[in-house]
Amino acid sequence: MSDHQHHRRGLPVMEPVRAVPPAPPAPAAAPAPDAKRITFPVSGMHCASCQARVQQALRQAPGVSDATVNLMTEQATVAYDPAATTPDALVETVRHAGYEAGLPSAERSAFEEQEAQDRSREEEYHRLRFRSLVSLAIGAVAMLLAMPLMGAGPHGATDPVMNWVMHSLEPTLRSVMPWLYAIPHGALRWTLLALTLVVMAWAGRHFYTNAWTAFRHHSATMDTLVAVGTGAAFLFSAAVTVAPAWFSARGIAPDVYYEAVIIIVALVLLGNAFEARAKRRTAEALRGLAALQPAEATVVRDGREVTVPLAAVHRGDIVLVRPGERMPVDGEVLSGTSAVDESVLTGESIPVDKAAGSRVSTGTLNQAGAIRIRATALGADSALGRIVTLMREAQGSRAPIQGLADRISAVFVPVVVSIAIATFVAWTIVGDDPLRALTAAVAVLIIACPCAMGLAVPTAVMVATGRGAELGVLIKGGEPLQRAADVDTIVLDKTGTLTEGKPRVTDAAIDDDSALLAAGLERGSEHPLARAIVAWAEGRGLELPAPDHFEARAGFGAAGVVAGRRVLVGTAKLLEAEGVAPGAALGSAERFSAAGATPVLVAVDGEARGAIALADRLKPTSRTAVARLHRLGLRVAMLTGDRRGAAEAVAREAGIDAVEAEVLPEGKVAYVTRLQAEGRVVAMVGDGVNDAPALARADVGVAMGAGADVAADAADVTLLRDDLLALADALGLSRRTMRTMRQNLFWAFIYNVVGIPVAAGVLYPAFGVLLSPILASAAMAFSSVSVVSNSLRLRGFQGGTR
Amino acid sequence: MNGTDWLVLIGGLTAIALVNWWFFRAGRTPVAAPAAPTGGPQEVVVAVRGGYDPGSIRVRAGLPVRLVFDRQEDASCSEEVVFPDFGVRKFLPPFARTSVEFTPAKPGTYEFTCGMSMLRGRLVVE
Repeated sequence: MSDHQHHRRGLPVMEPVRAVPPAPPAPAAAPAPDAKRITFPVSGMHCASCQARVQQALRQAPGVSDATVNLMTEQATVAYDPAATTPDALVETVRHAGYEAGLPSAERSAFEEQEAQDRSREEEYHRLRFRSLVSLAIGAVAMLLAMPLMGAGPHGATDPVMNWVMHSLEPTLRSVMPWLYAIPHGALRWTLLALTLVVMAWAGRHFYTNAWTAFRHHSATMDTLVAVGTGAAFLFSAAVTVAPAWFSARGIAPDVYYEAVIIIVALVLLGNAFEARAKRRTAEALRGLAALQPAEATVVRDGREVTVPLAAVHRGDIVLVRPGERMPVDGEVLSGTSAVDESVLTGESIPVDKAAGSRVSTGTLNQAGAIRIRATALGADSALGRIVTLMREAQGSRAPIQGLADRISAVFVPVVVSIAIATFVAWTIVGDDPLRALTAAVAVLIIACPCAMGLAVPTAVMVATGRGAELGVLIKGGEPLQRAADVDTIVLDKTGTLTEGKPRVTDAAIDDDSALLAAGLERGSEHPLARAIVAWAEGRGLELPAPDHFEARAGFGAAGVVAGRRVLVGTAKLLEAEGVAPGAALGSAERFSAAGATPVLVAVDGEARGAIALADRLKPTSRTAVARLHRLGLRVAMLTGDRRGAAEAVAREAGIDAVEAEVLPEGKVAYVTRLQAEGRVVAMVGDGVNDAPALARADVGVAMGAGADVAADAADVTLLRDDLLALADALGLSRRTMRTMRQNLFWAFIYNVVGIPVAAGVLYPAFGVLLSPILASAAMAFSSVSVVSNSLRLRGFQGGTR
Repeated sequence: MNGTDWLVLIGGLTAIALVNWWFFRAGRTPVAAPAAPTGGPQEVVVAVRGGYDPGSIRVRAGLPVRLVFDRQEDASCSEEVVFPDFGVRKFLPPFARTSVEFTPAKPGTYEFTCGMSMLRGRLVVE
C-alpha cells in the first residue's frame, strides 16, 4: 500500500507532456519563441500507421511547429504558435484525418469531480472497514492472551471494561483453556507486543504518519489524539514487557494495555469507515442529478449513426435520441416529435411536447418518439451541468452558525492534550495508583472528538442543498439557507409568481359571430391580449377566418376587415375614435374592470357588439401555497404595477395579506427597504430578470420560473418549479435544516464537555466511575457517525408538495 | 507530595507549556509565497501533507488567483480544501494536483482550511 503510494506520489499527474518522448524536429518551422504546448486525447488509432497519419496531419497543419502522437497513451502533444492556430483547429485537424479527438477541459467538470470524490470515498470505506475488522479479530485474540496477565496483577485491571470481562469470563476460560494459564507471562507479553505492533504499523499506520506530518506543520488533528493516546499506552506496555521487574520493585503492577491499543485502533477505524459511508450518502442527491447525464450519445456523422462517449460530442453535432433515452446534451430539435419528461429539472410531471425548433435539456427523458437534436451546450455548460456545479458550490459554502464550532476546532486538540497531561499529573499526585493516571489520561485523549463539531454544520448544508435540488429548489449555500430560516415576510412580484404571467379570457358578453370576427382579426397580432383572444376562440371550437386587412392601433387595439366586414377590437376610446357608440358594451366593460379584469370591446360594421374580459389568472397552486406560507407564520405581501382594483382582486383570491399596487420598477427596491426598516426579514420572490435589484436588496432573493438560466445570478434561492409551493418547500427546508444544525452542534459540544471530564475521572471521588479507554474509543468513533446520521435525516424532508 | 510527585508536576506543566507553544505560537510567522502575475492568474503551488506548505500565501487583490493544491497523501483529513470567504469547497483527490481559482476583490487576510477546519492556511490579499 505505502509503496504504491510512493510511486504515485512522484508522478506529476497534471503534466502528461513530459511522458511523451521527444520528437524529431518538425519539417514545418522552428518552434516559435512563444510556442504553446497542448496535450489532448486521440482515439480510434489501431496501429502505427494510424499514429503516423495523425502525426503527419498535425505537423502539416498551419501554425504547428511540432507534433507527437503516442499510440499507447492515445495522446497527441502539439507545439503550436497561438497566434497562428488554436487548440480547436488542431482537434478539427485530427477529426478531419478520420480520428476522434477532444480537448481536455481546463478544469474537470462538476460531474467528473463528483465521480472522483465518490470513488475515493467508496475505496476509503472498504479499506477502513477491512482494516478495522481484521484489527478487531486480532483484538479478540489479544484479549484472550491478556486474561492470565490481568489475573496476576495485585490491583487487578484498572480498565473497568476489562475488569468486568475478566471476572465474568475467567472461570470458564480457566476450565476450557487451562494451557493458556500455563504460558509464562513474559512470553504472553512479548506475543502481545508483536500483535500490537502489527496492528499499529499496518491498520493504524496513517494515524501515526498523519499525526507526525501535521505536528511538523504545527497543526494537530484527530489523528494526533489517537496517535498520542495509543502511543502512550503502547510505550508504557512495552516498557513493562522489557523490564517487568523494574515496575514490580516500585510497587507498580506490571500491567500491559496492548489489547486496549489494538481495540482502540480497530474501533476508531470502524467509526471512520461508517463516517466515510455516511458522508458519501450526504451527496447522494447530487450524485442522482449528475447520473442523469448519459455517458454515451448517438451522433450522426457523415450520415451514419455512431455511438460515442459523451466527451467526444461537440457543440453543433447532431444527436439522435430514441424513446426511453435521456438527452445527453442541451439542444434544439431538428426533426421528429416527442413528449419529454422534464420533471428532473422542473418538477413538472406532465411531459412537454417537442417538435422541430423546441429546446431540450440534458437529463430530461424522451418518452414518445425518436428526435434529432443539434447540440447547443454540453456537460458543464448544460443547464443540468450548471445546476450540478451550483450545487457543488452551495455544498462548499459555510453557514455563519459554524463560526463558533470553527473557533473551538482551531484550539481543540492542543487544549485536549493539555487536559490529558494535567489529568496524568493530578492522578499521580492525588491518587495512589500510577496506572490509573495513565488510563485516565489516555481516555481523555481518546474520547475527545473534534470531528463531530466539524461535521455538524457542513453535513447538514450538504444534505439540505441536495434535498432541495430534488424538490426543485436550488439554495445557493449555507448563508442563504440560514437567512431563509429567519425570514418572516414574503414579498411576491405578482406577475409570473402568483399568476401565470399571461392573460386569458375570463369572461365575455358577446355573441358567437362577433367573437369569431374579433378573433379572426386578432390573428393578425402578436399582442398577448390578442393571442389570448385567439386561443380562447379556438378553444371554443370556432374556425377562425383570416383578416383581409389588419391595422394595429398601439395602446388602443386593432382595426381591420375580416370576411368582408369592418371589425374593431380594443378600448372604448378606439370605438369612439372610429365614430362608434360603445353603448351596452361599455356597461359590460365596466363590470369586467371592477372585477379586476382588462376589458376589450368589439364592434362590427360600426356597431358595438359586446366586450371580452381578460385577466392574468392565478396559478392553480397559488392559493394553497399562500395558505402554507401562512401556516409557517409568514406575512405575505404582493407587489404589482397593476391598478389597485385589479391587484386587490388577485390578492383577495390568493389570500394575500398586503398589496402594493401601481409600483414602478424602482419602487420594488424601496418597498423591500421599507419593510426591512420595520425590522422585517424579507424574502423577495420574482422572475429574477426584471426585479434583480429588489432580489439583491432583500434578505433572501428568490428567483422563480426562469429555470436554471438565472440560477447563477441575483438570487439566493432559485425555484426550478414554476409554482409557489416550491417557495414553501424552500423555507420549510431551511428551518428544518437550522434545527438540525443546532442539534448537531449542541450534541457535539455537550459530548465533549461531558465526555472529557468523565474520562479524566471527575466522577471517581464521588461515584468511583472511571471511563475505560476502550469505551472512550467506542464513544468517540460513533459520536461523529451520529452527527452525520442526524444530518442525513434531512433527506426525508417532504415539503408537503406531493 | 514526595519527590516523584514534584517531578511529575513540573514535567507536566512544562509539557503543557511546550504543547501550547508549539501549536499556537511557533511556526506562525508567514512564509509568503510571492505570486507572479504574468498576464494570467497568480499561481501558487501548495503542497498538502498534514498541513499546507506554504501555509501563508500573499497575492494581489483584484487579479485572478490560481492555487494548485498538490495533495501528497490520502489522509481523509485533508480531502477537501475550503475558502469560506470565497464560497469554495473543493475535493482534492489523493496524490493529484487540483486547481482552485477565484479573484479576491478586497485586501485582507482570509483563512483557508480543510473540510473540518483542522488544517489551516492563510491567504493574504494586498
